Parts: sequence; structure tokens; C-alpha cells
Amino acid sequence: MSSSKKLLVFITVLVALAGLVRLNGQSYAAEEKFKVGWIYIGHPGDAGWTLAHDEGRKYMEKQLPWVESIYVEAVPETSDAERMMTELARKGCKIIFATSFGYMDYVQNVAKRFPDVYFEHCSGFKTADNVATYFGRIYEPRYLSGIVAGSMTKSNIIGYVGAFPIPEVVRGINAFALGVKSVNPNAKVKVVWTNTWYDPATEKEAAKAALDAGADVIAQHQDTPAPMQAAAERGKYGVSYNSPMSKFAPNAVLTGPVWNWGPYYVSRVQAAKDGTWTSGDYWGGLKDGIVDLAPYGPMVPENVKKLVETKKTEILAGKFHPFAGPIKDNKGVVRVPAGTTMTDAQLLSFDWFVENVEGTLPN
Amino acid sequence: MGKGLIRLKLVFEKRDPVPVSYRVASPVLAVLLALVLGAIFLAASGFSPLGVYLEMYRGAFGDWYGVSETLVTAIPLALCGMGIALAGRMLLWNVGAEGQFHMGAWAAAWVALSMPDAPAWKVLPLMVLAGVAAGAAWALLAAVPRAYVGVSEIITTLMLNYVAINWIEYLVHGPWRDPASLNFPLSAPFSDAARLPMFGYTRIHWGLVFAIIAAIVIDLTLGRTKWGYEVKIIGESPRAARYAGMSIERNIIITMAVTGALAGLAGMAEVSAIAGRMTRQLSPGYGYSAIIVAWLAKLNPYGVLLVSALFGGLLVGGYSAQFLGVSAASVNMLQGLMLFCVLATEALGRYRLRIVPAAGSDGDSDADRQGARADG
Repeated sequence: MSSSKKLLVFITVLVALAGLVRLNGQSYAAEEKFKVGWIYIGHPGDAGWTLAHDEGRKYMEKQLPWVESIYVEAVPETSDAERMMTELARKGCKIIFATSFGYMDYVQNVAKRFPDVYFEHCSGFKTADNVATYFGRIYEPRYLSGIVAGSMTKSNIIGYVGAFPIPEVVRGINAFALGVKSVNPNAKVKVVWTNTWYDPATEKEAAKAALDAGADVIAQHQDTPAPMQAAAERGKYGVSYNSPMSKFAPNAVLTGPVWNWGPYYVSRVQAAKDGTWTSGDYWGGLKDGIVDLAPYGPMVPENVKKLVETKKTEILAGKFHPFAGPIKDNKGVVRVPAGTTMTDAQLLSFDWFVENVEGTLPN
Repeated sequence: MGKGLIRLKLVFEKRDPVPVSYRVASPVLAVLLALVLGAIFLAASGFSPLGVYLEMYRGAFGDWYGVSETLVTAIPLALCGMGIALAGRMLLWNVGAEGQFHMGAWAAAWVALSMPDAPAWKVLPLMVLAGVAAGAAWALLAAVPRAYVGVSEIITTLMLNYVAINWIEYLVHGPWRDPASLNFPLSAPFSDAARLPMFGYTRIHWGLVFAIIAAIVIDLTLGRTKWGYEVKIIGESPRAARYAGMSIERNIIITMAVTGALAGLAGMAEVSAIAGRMTRQLSPGYGYSAIIVAWLAKLNPYGVLLVSALFGGLLVGGYSAQFLGVSAASVNMLQGLMLFCVLATEALGRYRLRIVPAAGSDGDSDADRQGARADG
């Protein structure tokens, strides 16, 4: 090798090394912040489920300035979910939130491979040393929203657009129906299934089917405001879900249960940073602030608001539980005898409808 | 129009033969074109195009993990695409790989759930057989009416997708629902013996071997057997095939059964290796993406392997682009742009667009178009 060639090689190596050092420096600077990851099933623009999580994430970022948060949206509950969580862990996330039920097994797989990373799975039931689950007692505000719907209906038919016949949704329908019944024993809740969490067109069609069947209030367990818009188009009322949705249908939305994930995210990320994070099943309610009721629409009269507020105070004080007996199922069988209350285990595996619900459940 | 104006019209002329330079250049040009168009879009949205492309590349091919995940995504695409390509040789349009995939997964899951204590050497081969048989049977539901009554397989295979997916929905919400899973729509998990092994620390599983074997077998069969010869002849000229005494009906049945079997095998591999239980979301649309894979691969089995890996990389890399803040919708757009450009330049490689005075009668241009369609 001639000396000029040697020099050339030397310079090349030097430049390459300098590049490496600079790259290292950059990645070091980026790693100074505490990284936290999220995977979302939908888009924050869905104005519902994912938006609520995204607002929680932003709230957390504001409260904890030492955090850098990363999210990936529109991750299906398939093999892709496992890869995206692995990618987040490889990017240095110390704690990862997986915000859809179907991620459950994939969370477990990734958690096994990254024992030093904490995982939080929303709405599931599998925990591990480094996997916790979290959810909220949204059935409490659902019950309250049922009071509003039951007071406002004139046709005594309330449509309920539901995603899937799984315990979470069934529990919500039942809580809502019991709220309806508490003020209006004649009203029926008609359930229409969509078999999708997120599909504005299908959600709207399902709401229209309920409206065609005579419903004058539409409630929903869906991720977008489409059912509310269907109600608004017919001049009927709606009870929204996830986030306040009145801006999409101001003349329709009475109120609706909403999520407030921010404080939970703050406390868990703080715990992860402090090393005080422990696994567990978190299921907070109204008193914890993780669930609440959206602001009332202008059409809701004062006396109805008062009814709701009274019940809310009772729930907050622990004096009232929406699933306290006696409760009959829609075939007339007493499922919860007077004097007893359903246990959390029963609530988590709900597979029957209360008295005033019309709908089908797979058996 | 006034008398003084010369009327012009656009005419597609077939390039015959397609010059080799075009065949090589067109996909390269297409990708470049897509990258440039995508870059304009990204820059307008405030992203560094180069940064986004590098991140996509890093996610898909940048390290061993990315490559392994790209291959994991490529496996179902390759198996489904292989079958679609084979049917395509006979001008059969199987758009039902998604349904055949789900039926294959279903049958394999049924075996796994019925024999929870069986050892791997017993349960895995049975799962493969069940998956292959169910996929083939599902395709035959469309093949038989196509062969004997001439019912369009495009419609029937598509419709059967919905039936298959709803069948899975029914099972996981109903009879197969695992009581131990709190009434969530999941089957019971499979035993460890019923999980198709993965290689090393990756998620690459035996499905990759199946896909490679399938490519070799299909290539040899098409090139060296009487049946392969018949498939090609029927695809090129059904009338000639019939004069030669070939049974078109029988070949439709066999080809569709094989295409369904491959998609069923893909479903078996996915549910066994990746999911480990029956769930309601097994596929983000592999059976549909595989149609594009088959066509981009020009219906060549080895081409399907290669294109699946690239397509898998496009899907995997797309998620990585989100780490730079590019939204999922923008990523979908970039991916769509890429495919659109590849398909469009592919067509322009085969046809020449010419502007000619509209002197000839309409009959001529119709004939041109007819010719183009039959050849395409």
C-alpha cells in the first residue's frame, strides 16, 4: 500500500470514528430524559377513546417535564402490537402503556423479554412482575348518564350502540339501563352491536337502525362521535362516551361518561422513575377522578341535573353502588338478591343483561 | 367541435416484446418517483423526507431485529401471495385468501384445542393438515361453481371472506370463549406443543420454511409437469387448451384447492406461532395485501418471496416512521403512493401512450382497447 493510500485510509477511519462519537453524543443527550411509550389502537383524532388516552399522555408530559413520551397510533391487535412494544422498549422507554384489550398476550410476551421495563395494560386481566393492568369504573358515570337519558326520553326507547358483547361493554349497558330504570321503569334500552370499536360509518348506521326502531336517545360504547351525529341529524338526543363530544353534536349530546387518564399516568410514571412501581390491578372510580360525567348539554333541565348530582354524591360517599340488588336479568330471573352487591369478579365477567335491556348476547 | 380543429385522442399501444431495459428500469423508476412524490408531501407537512425514509429503512432492514420482523410479516404475505399467483396463471382471481387464511387458522386451532395434551410431533402435523384442508375446502366452495356453472370466482371468493371472518367472530364470542379469560372473546391458549417453533430469539417461525418449499415446488411443478403445462396453456388460451383436450374444469378445481391450501397454511402458521390462541383479529389484511404482492411479483413464485419481503418491510417500516411524528394516515398514504407508482409504471412499461389524430373510426380504438385488456 502506498503512503498516500495509507493516509487516505487513516483519514477515512478518523472521520468515521468522529461520526460515531458524535452519534453517541447525540443519543446520550436524547437519553437524558425519562422515556415513556404508548401504543394506541386508533388515532388521537378519533375524538373518543384514543383522544382520552392522548390527553392523559399530554397532561402527564406537562406535569413531569423530565419525561419524553413516544406514541404509536393505529396499531392493530395482531403481531404488529408485539413489534411496536418491542421497538418502544428498544428505544429506551422505561414504562409502556398499551391501551387496548387485544394487546394482552403481546404485552406478556414483550414483558418477558424486557424484565427491566414496566408495562401497563389497559382493560386486561393478565399481570406479571413487570405488568400491571389499569381501568376505571366507568359504570358509575354510565349509571348517572342513564338517569339523564331515562328522564329525557319520550318514546321510552333508548338505543345503545355497542362495540362487542364483552364484559366491559355489557357492564356499561347494564349500568346505564339501571340508571334509566331508576327514573323511568317503562323505558327500554335497545342494543345494536357493530362488531367494531372504531368505524364511524358503521357506528352511524347502527345508531340509525336504533332511531328507525323508535329510539329518541342514543347512547354509545364506541370510539367516535358518529352515533351522536346520527342522533343530531334526526333531532334526537345522545349520550356520548370517552371524551366530551358536544362540539360534534351540540344540540344532541345530553352528557356522557368520560375518561380522565392524566393523573393515573402521572402517578405511574413517577413511581417508575422513583423505583416504587409495583404490579397490580388498578380499577379506579368517580372518587379517584379517573372517570367522570361530561358537561351537560343546554337541554338538560335543572331537576334532572339535581337527581344526577344527588346520586353522584352518594356514589362518592360509598353509600350507593349501581349494582346493588335486587337486580333481575331480562328473562325475569333474580340474579342479584336484595341486600347483596355484585363483586368485582362478577362485574369483570358480566355476560347477562338486566331487566330493561333488549338485545342478544352470545352464550 | 369546429371544423378547423384537429381532434386528438389518446391511444394505448402494446409494447411487444417489452424491452428488457423497461422491465428492469420500471420498478426502480417507480420507487424513485414514489420517493420524490412522498418527499414533497413530507416536506410540505414539515418533516425531513430523508429522515423519515431512513427511519423507515432502519425499522424494516436496519438491524437484525428489523429484518426478522420484516420476515415475520412477509410469511403470511408470501404463502397467500404464492397461491394467488398460481391461480393468476390460469386467469383465476382469488380475492379470498383472507377468508381461506382464517379458515386455515380455525381448523388448526380446532385441532390444537381438541388435543391439549398431545405431544408436538402429533399435534403440529395434524394442525398443518387441518389448516391446509380447511383453506382448500374454502376455496373449493368458490371453485366448483366457477368450474361447472361459470359463477365469477371474484365475487364468491370475496364474499366467502366475510363468512369466514364472521364464523371466527361467532366462535370466539360464543362456543370457543375461554371461561378462564373472563368472558373476553378469546379461545383458550394452545398448549406449548401446539406452538409452531420460532428460530432463536426472533419470531421467524416455520412458516418461512413452508413458504420457501412452496415456491420451489410450485416453480418445479409449473415448469416440469403436465399439470403445470396445462395451467400455463389454459391461462394463455383457454380455447387452445380445450382443443388440446385439457379439462379446464378439473384444472380450475385443482388450482383453486392449492391456492386455498396455501392461504390456509398461512393462517395455521400465524395462529400457531404468533397468536397462540384463536382471537378475533389475526390478520391486518394479509390476504388482501397478498393480491398486490402476487401481481408485483408478476405471478412468479420466487418473485412472490422477494416482493413479500419488500412489502413486509414497507409495512414494518411504516410503523417506525411514526417515531418521527408522522401520523399513521400519512404513512398509509406513503405506502399507497409507493404501490400506485409501481403498478402504474408497470402498466406504462407494457403499453405506450400515444396521441394520434382521431381519424380512424371508433371501432378501431375499441379494438385496440379490447386487445389491451385481453393481453393484460
